[in-house]
Amino acid sequence: MYVAVKGGENAIAAAHRLLAEARRGDPAVPELTLAQIDGQLGLAVDRVMSEGSLYDRELAALAIKQARGDLIEAIFLLRAYRTTLPRLAVSVPIETERASLKRRISATFKDLPGGQILGPTFDYTHRLLDFALAAEGQSVTADPPSATVETGPMPRVSTLLGKEGLIEPNAAETVEPGDLTRDPLAFPASRAVRLQNLARADEGFLLSLGYSTQRGYGRNHPFAGEIRIGDVEIEIVPPELGFPVAIGEITVTECEMVNQFKGSATTPPQFTRGYGLAFGEGERKAMAMALVDRALRAEELGEEVTAPAQDQEFVLYHSDNVEASGFTQHLKLPHYVDFQAELNLIRHMRAEWGQPQTEAAE
Amino acid sequence: MSDAAAAGNGGYNFGYLDEQTKRMIRRAILKAVAIPGYQVPFASREMPLPYGWGTGGIQVTASIIGQGDTLKVIDQGADDTTNAVSIRHFFERTTGVATTEQTGAASIIQTRHRIPETPLRENQIIVYQVPIPEPLRWIEPREAETRKMHALAEYGPMYVRLYEDIAQFGQVTTAYDYPVVVNGRYLMRPSPIPKFDNPKMNLNPALQLFGAGREKRIYAVPPYTSVKSLDFVDHPFTIERWDQRCAICGSGDSFLDEVITDDQGGRMFVCSDTAYCRERGTTKAAE
Repeated sequence: MYVAVKGGENAIAAAHRLLAEARRGDPAVPELTLAQIDGQLGLAVDRVMSEGSLYDRELAALAIKQARGDLIEAIFLLRAYRTTLPRLAVSVPIETERASLKRRISATFKDLPGGQILGPTFDYTHRLLDFALAAEGQSVTADPPSATVETGPMPRVSTLLGKEGLIEPNAAETVEPGDLTRDPLAFPASRAVRLQNLARADEGFLLSLGYSTQRGYGRNHPFAGEIRIGDVEIEIVPPELGFPVAIGEITVTECEMVNQFKGSATTPPQFTRGYGLAFGEGERKAMAMALVDRALRAEELGEEVTAPAQDQEFVLYHSDNVEASGFTQHLKLPHYVDFQAELNLIRHMRAEWGQPQTEAAE
Repeated sequence: MSDAAAAGNGGYNFGYLDEQTKRMIRRAILKAVAIPGYQVPFASREMPLPYGWGTGGIQVTASIIGQGDTLKVIDQGADDTTNAVSIRHFFERTTGVATTEQTGAASIIQTRHRIPETPLRENQIIVYQVPIPEPLRWIEPREAETRKMHALAEYGPMYVRLYEDIAQFGQVTTAYDYPVVVNGRYLMRPSPIPKFDNPKMNLNPALQLFGAGREKRIYAVPPYTSVKSLDFVDHPFTIERWDQRCAICGSGDSFLDEVITDDQGGRMFVCSDTAYCRERGTTKAAE
């Protein structure tokens, strides 16, 4: 009877066997391969890489398989692996202007140098269940258009606006950007650190916060200046060489929001920026991130901080789903001792309740 | 996929964390020991266990543990609660050190929510798992502000809160995680131990380390350091007492868990510290 209230080693081992069985599902159905997950659930892989902050499609696919498709659990698995890896080099900033793009749209100009490229998007699909997909073994539509398009140079919308001085220049980062996996957050946090936090942040959290700014909680009048999805080279400068060397290529989604700004005593009216970047194809995440980035610049731009999305501590301390998921679910752990202490207290208080107060009220 | 991933546990360092990380954490611990009760920020790592389940304590233990150590892990005072079992397994798997359930035999004790009933001695280290390290958090949610309050020793609002409790309820209504002042300077959260355990922290011969992983803070109470639970002259700090004794060992001075035995209101009280209970023997008290 006494043992029954405490957990046992056997119970844990049995639970893990059940988990393994549940993960595999019906053994009569073929097991998922990592290549299938990577190839056919690619956006799940992208999200896990982004929030897991590790660009490795195969490990992300493994994490998704191991987590039974629970993406936050998969992100956690990838983070716990990532944290053990050595930090060998810091890359040169990526240059999305030179990316080979599969998608590029702007909501601010009907046409612009390089043109608009829709690419593989859910936009403008009718969300009708496609029952043909349920039948297996169907081949894809014949001759899809080529995935990347050669269109010549594609200057950024923000660069075009910048030529007229209509948008604030990007502040030159003179200091080495921080790294919140090596130094804990301190406030006020620099924009580079905030962006790192937002890049790792839970997509749902950013989506809701970004949305809240659109509904008036820290409104910042955004336009989707530009969204790009494409492959960029990662370059490092080995100290012994002194020039950049490409070490690989990653897919990124970038969003530059253009936001209204009325100007101040020292600054003429001009547009301001919000920035979002995600690994792989993560347009919703990148857009939400750009909205929140702009909201968090409120103080810097002399705006009144009134809404949750503008509050650095609120946003940055609660954005990480590995932290949030762990702490929320720790409520499952036994709290017998604290509860016993509370039980004693509440019984004591109930016994005294209604009796005439003596010295306490004086 | 890298070799380390393919090699399973063999790909990880002793105690899971790499040596550079351990060094960074040990530096934070040294600073914490030098400034008793002060919360030292540190670059907490993701651990393979979830945040809120002891990652701070685990990182502290992983950074100080060596081949010769003997580890005891408890949760709610017991060695066999699920999370204690899981954390003990983690260290067995990643370090291979000896583990024990006996408080006296351990060199490192990692704990959640309790201090063992058996008094600790010199050369022992007790590592507390801390969910929220900031004692002023429920009074002031902003970290920038609370750090300022600590710097200025501006602890008046905490006394006001205790006073309001007394004015309203006739007593302080905090039963666990009861605030303390360490070495006459820093206000500190003892982690959610019942206030029953608070007096054990005072002038304890063992080194007490506190790790908060999600909140990225480490703090410490060095051996033989004063730890005072907040109170007022006319409302001195008191701890809870039970009318019952432990139904198994008959102890009358340990923290008792209430166990509901049926749906007719039947209940029994047993020691929360299972190792202590077992060491006292299972002879039921006659009285």
